[in-house]
Amino acid sequence: MPEPAPEPTCETAPETTPEPALELRGITAGYDRREPVLREVSLTVGDGEAVGLLGPSGCGKSTLARVAALLHRPQAGTVRLAGRPAHGFHHRAPRELRTTVGVVFQQPRLAADPRLTLADLIAEPLRATGRRAEVRVRLPALAASVGLGGDLLARRPHEVSDGQLQRACLARALVLRPRLLVCDEMTAMLDASTTAALVAAVEEYRREHGTALLAVGHDRVLLERWCDRTVEFKTLLPR
Amino acid sequence: MTARLSVRELSVRFPLRGGRTVAAVTDVSFDLAPGECLALVGESGCGKSVLASALLGLLPGNARVRGAARLDGLDLLTAGEAVLARRVRGRRIALVPQSPASHLTPVRTVRSQLEETVRELTGARGPKLRGEAERAAERAAFPAGHLDRYPHQLSGGLAQRAATALALVGGAPLLIADEPTTGLDRDLVDRTVDELRRQVDAGHGLLLITHDLAAAERIADRVAVMYAGRVVELTGAAGFFGTPGPRHPYARGLLEALPERSFTPVPGMPPELDALPGGCAFAPRCDRATGACAAVPALTGARAGAVACHHAHSHAPEAADA
Ligand SMILES: Nc1ncnc2c1ncn2[C@@H]1O[C@H](COP(=O)(O)OP(=O)(O)OP(=O)(O)O)[C@@H](O)[C@H]1O
Ligand code: SF4
Ligand SMILES: [Mg+2]
Repeated sequence: MPEPAPEPTCETAPETTPEPALELRGITAGYDRREPVLREVSLTVGDGEAVGLLGPSGCGKSTLARVAALLHRPQAGTVRLAGRPAHGFHHRAPRELRTTVGVVFQQPRLAADPRLTLADLIAEPLRATGRRAEVRVRLPALAASVGLGGDLLARRPHEVSDGQLQRACLARALVLRPRLLVCDEMTAMLDASTTAALVAAVEEYRREHGTALLAVGHDRVLLERWCDRTVEFKTLLPR
Repeated sequence: MTARLSVRELSVRFPLRGGRTVAAVTDVSFDLAPGECLALVGESGCGKSVLASALLGLLPGNARVRGAARLDGLDLLTAGEAVLARRVRGRRIALVPQSPASHLTPVRTVRSQLEETVRELTGARGPKLRGEAERAAERAAFPAGHLDRYPHQLSGGLAQRAATALALVGGAPLLIADEPTTGLDRDLVDRTVDELRRQVDAGHGLLLITHDLAAAERIADRVAVMYAGRVVELTGAAGFFGTPGPRHPYARGLLEALPERSFTPVPGMPPELDALPGGCAFAPRCDRATGACAAVPALTGARAGAVACHHAHSHAPEAADA
């Protein structure tokens, strides 16, 4: 396989007044005492911008996605979401920061609580943040925007296909209206039509709400078609 | 070690509580010759894995099966579990699994798992055992230097090769690979399917079940498109992915959904297999549907290209030959 040409400019945050949706600076992160997976990685996603992050299996893309989504605490470096520093917290980031970012993973079966109906799965972040009243108002439209309706919302994960469950996971990631959506290999398990449908749903939502996107994956054709720009993971490492 | 698989009007039903029935596979017929790769593609939940389980005799006890599936003389659907376990699985049909990581035993090295499978399938003992295991690894391009590693010490690509090596131990003429590349990056996908293709070129028949159309295009000789449990198009891979392209409206839509094409999804979602509409199951999503589609279209056409649609896209009049 020929090496793809490196992105000449992978670090051009737009010079606009709104703060970037995501700023990672000098992130070093890993697991236990093993070698860090990320070393001094920096990446910026502008306000409303869609960035695709490309890299081979096992290169650390998912770790970076988890750091961006405040699900993994880096050993060094800073994370800023919409201009607000998200480091310095001891164990978990404060709730109002966590709700500025939504995340969808590759395997919906691992991500979704099997006991919840799809409706409850989508609404749970609202309930957990004390916004129960919004469930009735927001849920039907949001579910419809990802292609879920009627009887499907009453089913549990084992009663729906991977594609349908992933639609619910996407709606759940959007239910708190995050400024940034992180999609880690969101469509890697899905067929071409379901992939195109989920991407269309994300783009429709982003057009309406101005949400920024960090899409992580290894499908170059897909990410180039989907995002404003793509970044090679290896260009993020310090030279 | 050649074998021809011949599947005729295979149907699988799962009765549900409350009297409903899941029609997972309906009237599927196809042939698979030695040295041929047939890719089975279709949306999630369309019945691909149930079809594979039926061929391997691995369906759950509540399944009701009709039709025939012959591997040379043996009918796989009526053979008893003892015959399947002792003479078929691993020996005449081998499964390359969907998720190699979960298929490998975590607490044992690749070598010890290969040797156990060799012992089970060939009865080899002692130094012969070691040699056979190493040869199986080599056939799957699994590096000898990694044989003493545990599964968690392998990358996704190497784990896949280890699983392929296990599948190849018994020298089974027919391979069934169910989503062998899910979650791998493009480079690894290419390497994995190229290895499977080498097995085909060495005379194995391969049923490649996948949602990855690029992987199918890369190694398949023919393509079967499944929709709601039925094969709706069965045709040569070159014509399907290139010109003249698919003839079934669903197959066209699936290809058009690719990001390198128009990136437009097929509208709507596939029907539930326990509540199939009467007539053509694709009708609610199909822009060519007419009154005629209230009757289920039969799969008709030559082996070179069959389609199940009342208003299939037509190709230019059949060229002289193919
Ligand atoms: N034991 C069972 N009881 C009832 N229904 C079942 C059973 N096993 C499978 N099904 C149903 O049969 C249908 C086909 O399932 P199958 O696993 O073959 O799909 P698939 O095409 O392989 O999908 P994927 O691409 O997601 O792997 C689905 O509706 C599934 O829910
Ligand atoms: S039979 Fe009718 S509904 Fe079915 S695919 Fe063909 S045109 Fe569409
Ligand atoms: Mg399957």
